[in-house]
Amino acid sequence: MTRLVNLQPSRGGALALGALPFLLLFVAYLFGSAARLADNPDDKLLPAPSAFVETLRTYAAEEDRRSGEVLWWLDTGASLKRLLIALSISATLGILGGLAIGAIPYIRSFMGPFVAALAMIPPLAILPILFIVLGLGEVAKIALIVFGVAPCIIRDVSLRATELPKEQLVKAQTLGASSWLLSTRVILPQLWPKLIDALRLTLGSAWLFLIAAEAIASTEGLGYRIFLVRRYMAMDVILPYVVWITLLAYTMDWLLKTARARLFPWAEAR
Amino acid sequence: MASVTVKHLWKEYDDQVVLENLTLHVADREFVTIIGASGCGKTTFLRLLLGVEQPTRGQLLIDGQPVPPEPGPDRGIVFQRYSLFPHLSVMDNLMLGLEFSGSRWLGKLLGAKRRAAKEKAESLLEAIGLQAARDKFPSQLSGGMQQRLSIAQSVICEPKILLLDEPFGALDPGITADMHEIILRLWQANRMTIFMITHDLKESFQLGTRLLVFDKRRNDPHAPERYGATVTYDIPLNRKKQTAPVPDLAPLLAARRA
Repeated sequence: MTRLVNLQPSRGGALALGALPFLLLFVAYLFGSAARLADNPDDKLLPAPSAFVETLRTYAAEEDRRSGEVLWWLDTGASLKRLLIALSISATLGILGGLAIGAIPYIRSFMGPFVAALAMIPPLAILPILFIVLGLGEVAKIALIVFGVAPCIIRDVSLRATELPKEQLVKAQTLGASSWLLSTRVILPQLWPKLIDALRLTLGSAWLFLIAAEAIASTEGLGYRIFLVRRYMAMDVILPYVVWITLLAYTMDWLLKTARARLFPWAEAR
Repeated sequence: MASVTVKHLWKEYDDQVVLENLTLHVADREFVTIIGASGCGKTTFLRLLLGVEQPTRGQLLIDGQPVPPEPGPDRGIVFQRYSLFPHLSVMDNLMLGLEFSGSRWLGKLLGAKRRAAKEKAESLLEAIGLQAARDKFPSQLSGGMQQRLSIAQSVICEPKILLLDEPFGALDPGITADMHEIILRLWQANRMTIFMITHDLKESFQLGTRLLVFDKRRNDPHAPERYGATVTYDIPLNRKKQTAPVPDLAPLLAARRA
């Protein structure tokens, strides 16, 4: 008999299996919602699917009466802008810091322990400091994400740089590479896919810091909206927003994964 | 020109003696094969020549000058593995040495310089029979192709000395014959002095113009680290060894067992 570890689902089978948990969750929700609404038609905890459609219509297709903006897209735009700026800064710091720390022993001794200590500070603990120093505007929110994400990326990328086989670095020197060329032509190109991996892994925490910052001080944004409507127990708004955030995060992850395979085919697992 | 002179060379790590009082002279264009038991300092000797290790005592001279304390383009190296750059295609791997020396800041050649480098790489690519694989990445090559490329990659920089650390150790026995032919051809065409470590006795006799056996002269069973290895046999071989029959190995094997 074939062992369980050797049984592979077909392409369609794998897709169906992957969709199954989502479907189960959805069905469970429908049952729960129907049961609660049967007890109390005014129940707010598990609204019926029709309520979500109504929310989507008012939030994503209609202008807000007070601000004249379409809230759904206003929030999405504001949040994505913060996130993308913060991630770009973090990636730049990550690749430069990681390369320098990974390639040059003196910089490793100088900055390594400091970055390791920075990465250990809980970012939310310094959020008040950021708000005090940088004000309540965009800068503080972006700074929080960068502070939470960049040290981890720097550490990860520098670790990957030190993991390159010593033989490779010696070989490059016998081919006449200076420290500069060794860094830019041998080490750096091999760190790009590692940077993408690190970005993908920190994407979750980046969203966490974004939502936290928006919940505390903001006038628009996905996190702001969720925490705003919490006062009215508006699950019909919160749940679609959560699903939307998940979808955005998942898409970003997929884009990064695809970009890695396209741009760095040599680094794909074989 | 690249003669190597070793004078009373010692290499010690703390109280472990690896190489003990090694004295040797290797003439220019010699093909030196090195054999010996594991852990008897063959690789350490190569690393000293490479410049990644420094002698504890004594002198290691190339053309009368001490070996620089870091690797350089005058001494090429081929390791058993990991000496190719996984992010570069076969052609780019081959041209890398030329790009390093031709472009100090960019590390990339452009225009006429690039065409010249490509031409040079092209002829080497043909010599190692990898034209068809020019656009592949190293991970898509077989072990034998990888090692051929790695050798050519070093040779393109025209090193005075080529160091080979068990280059064919991980390869199928069937393809080593091709590898021997290629390395001999490159050696003859490029005026290099070669040091090659091998575990294969037959290979060491076939390829080299000179065979060095590293071993410990003295051994203290209670403290194996007390004594280091040195060259116990220094055997000149026929310069036309490619066509000469392989010498009788039995006496040497017996001596090593004793």
